[in-house]
Amino acid sequence: METSPPLLRLSNITRSFPGVLANDRVSVDFHAGEVHALLGENGAGKTTLMNILYGLHAPDSGELLFEGRPVRVGSPAQALRLGIALVPQHPLLVERHTVAENLALGLRDGLLLTRRRLLAKLRERLADHPLQVDLEARVESLSAGQKQRLEILRALLQGARVLILDEPTSVLTPQEVAPLFQQLAQLKAQGMAILFISHKLDEVLSHADRITVLRAGRKVGELSAREATHEQLVRLMLGREAVPRPRLAPAQPGVRLEVTNLEVRSDRGLPAVRGASFTLAPGEILGIAGVAGSGQGELVEALAGLRPFRGQARLEGEPLEGLSPAQLFARGVAHVPEERRAGTVPAMSVAENLALRTFRTALRRGPWLDRERMERQATELIQAYQIATPGPRAPLRLLSGGNIQRAVLARELAGAPRLLIAVHPTYGVDVGATEQVHRLLIQRAREGMSVLLVTEDLDELFALSHRVAALYQGALRGPWPAGEVDFERLGRMMTQAAEGAA
Amino acid sequence: MIRFELDPLPRRRKRVGVYLGVLALAFTLAGALFAAYGVGPLEAYGTLLEGTLGDPQGLAEVLRRTIPLLLIGSGLTLAFRVSFFNIGAEGQLLLGAAAGAAVALFLPASAVSLPLMFLAGAAAGGLWTLPAAWLRARVDVNEILTTLMLNSVAGYLVLYLVSGPWRGEQVQGFTYTDEFPGAARLPLLGDTLVHWPTLVLGVVLAVALQVLLTRTSLGYELRVVGESPRAARYAGMPIPRVVLLTGLLSGGAAGLAGVGEVAGIHYRLLDPSQISLGYGFTAIIVAWLARGHPALVLLTAPLMGLILAGGDLLKISLNMPFRVIDVFSGLMLLCLIAGESLVRYRVRWAR
Ligand SMILES: Nc1ncnc2c1ncn2[C@@H]1O[C@H](COP(=O)(O)OP(=O)(O)O)[C@@H](O)[C@H]1O
Ligand SMILES: [Mg+2]
Repeated sequence: METSPPLLRLSNITRSFPGVLANDRVSVDFHAGEVHALLGENGAGKTTLMNILYGLHAPDSGELLFEGRPVRVGSPAQALRLGIALVPQHPLLVERHTVAENLALGLRDGLLLTRRRLLAKLRERLADHPLQVDLEARVESLSAGQKQRLEILRALLQGARVLILDEPTSVLTPQEVAPLFQQLAQLKAQGMAILFISHKLDEVLSHADRITVLRAGRKVGELSAREATHEQLVRLMLGREAVPRPRLAPAQPGVRLEVTNLEVRSDRGLPAVRGASFTLAPGEILGIAGVAGSGQGELVEALAGLRPFRGQARLEGEPLEGLSPAQLFARGVAHVPEERRAGTVPAMSVAENLALRTFRTALRRGPWLDRERMERQATELIQAYQIATPGPRAPLRLLSGGNIQRAVLARELAGAPRLLIAVHPTYGVDVGATEQVHRLLIQRAREGMSVLLVTEDLDELFALSHRVAALYQGALRGPWPAGEVDFERLGRMMTQAAEGAA
Repeated sequence: MIRFELDPLPRRRKRVGVYLGVLALAFTLAGALFAAYGVGPLEAYGTLLEGTLGDPQGLAEVLRRTIPLLLIGSGLTLAFRVSFFNIGAEGQLLLGAAAGAAVALFLPASAVSLPLMFLAGAAAGGLWTLPAAWLRARVDVNEILTTLMLNSVAGYLVLYLVSGPWRGEQVQGFTYTDEFPGAARLPLLGDTLVHWPTLVLGVVLAVALQVLLTRTSLGYELRVVGESPRAARYAGMPIPRVVLLTGLLSGGAAGLAGVGEVAGIHYRLLDPSQISLGYGFTAIIVAWLARGHPALVLLTAPLMGLILAGGDLLKISLNMPFRVIDVFSGLMLLCLIAGESLVRYRVRWAR
């Protein structure tokens, strides 16, 4: 493979932004028929490199060579003409239109065809294609995975030979991940060069051929995926050894949270959680596995004071019904929401975001907001939780996902809560932040905090939980001690109707 | 080759530069428009500046128009910051004027007449937003439509009052009320029409709302609700109450402006089109320009006051058509909106 000339070569690419060198003399070769993964912590410069490839950013210096010829990619249109396509992390589709209409945007004369001719033409071009979609479905009715497939198809119709995917799996449910990689493998077999970014090392190790690791703008390693190991990649990314996760301490006796016969309805008024019952001991981490739509969102919202429920939920005997999120927080219930956007105000400063729980209590002096104290508190939290930010006054939106998540955790843990409800706490964050989040949860549990951990990531679930349970269509299965169920069984439990549920 | 790239954190200097640039563009385009009417742009701007800033009487005209814009503009700036798009300030102003007039006409005149009039005006203006605010807070009905519709209702209401039950006894064929007693008239600055107590009230309000937004915990809550209702819900903020309060505050500010107009200039309640020269609409531009900072209204309200006064001047001394000045403010608004997106990009010279 090394003997064939690369389809696309990046040579000594340097790009700076005010105050940072985002790419520092990076050289990478991309070969046809190869899947190349780009790894690195947040801020390592991965997105910048992709944007340069796709013509969204211009490099300060360095060269792009396409089939050996130097090229200048000044815009996405030029990139597409060369055959370089990007599948963005969040799809850029016209939601109200059909799949066919969205694909028409990728055909040269697509917008001029009648509906029937367009459908016929697309059917013909996609006839024996590995990727299949329903051409007449509306985009808004598609799942995240289907939308992504549509983006890929559009790129292919435009004649792409190099396909770039920015964190493609971060928007997918676990069941959608395997099909994506199957499709990518088929495209690879047809001779495409594929480049993707991911934070998940297992994914990279099992689906990529070559791996390039960036750290602080520099390329720190390029390995063949067959020879690379998990530890090696972590070391390259972090520039240090991984810190081993602390051990879970046994839960303490007693009952912190008692939930009996919980019934919650969805936004559409349908039963979303059906009679869930469980208890949580002080210092215990209970992991609940559930895919989107299984009722996990409603369960969490009910316990966090965001949704009415029937049945009982008691925190150390005190009923939680009818309490607002602010009242719950005052009683020691903290909440790391599923979507970071739901728990933060991106346009406001880091300090103001850290004050979201305390602006009415600790930070208030009569009618006044004690800004000095707010900033002092923020500075302390930024230090303690190693939040990488230009400062407490920087808008939160400038931070990477991992650092926003650190900020959310810092805020939620600052009041020494008795119960933390955490949903996907490491979703889309890098290895360093994941390590830190896991360490924090385990440490706090050792100190007596109870954790209700809701996640789709079964690795995480088993690594952190004393007991595990699964939600399937609103019914809670379990919980069982983590040692008594295995991975496959829990996986089946969260996806299959007929599990002889004992 | 020139390229545009996203700029996630524009610097303040760049921001100011871009806004000054687009304002200059607006003035250039308007100049071309003047030229098309056969008036040299330099002559037009010369007349405009001389007749407003260069002349005490002209300056007073600018100030007179600044007063209501200052009050309404600071209220609307707050409302826009909370993402409550109150387009009904014109109606709220009229209701304020009517309530003020009721106090002046039907309560015995006394030393507290004026404070009472302002209180009643603020209350009436504020309450007039309540239907819209309530519908928005409870059933998520778009407030742009409801506040806008309430404008015409307010107009007809005032028209009904002045041509019917409140019509003056000594006014023969006219549709307005009797004159307010002396105790219900605002003092003026010299022989101008500048009712200075309202001006002071406007300055105080602009500063107070700025302090409210940035220094108090209530202001923090307002900003979170405006920026991210989801985060507000997550933190357990009482969103409906915040929306109602915003409606009350912005409507109340417009109500104060209404009292100022009738107690400072007309001394009676009269036909709606004569009470306000579209201040409720012009103030939307004032608030838009202030970019969420009520204190900035101290700059943007005089700017629009200057343009309004200048427009009258152009009309009279250069025979320009009546609507030219509307076109001018429209151009300015367009350029500023363009500037808003320009700020988010930076230009880069690639090899
Ligand atoms: N448009 C931009 N303006 C200023 N700085 C940027 C911009 N894009 C990226 N950066 C900075 O460049 C560095 C690399 O960012 P990025 O390429 O997004 O990293 P990654 O995708 O690996 O997380 C970071 O320090 C980031 O803050
Ligand atoms: Mg990135």
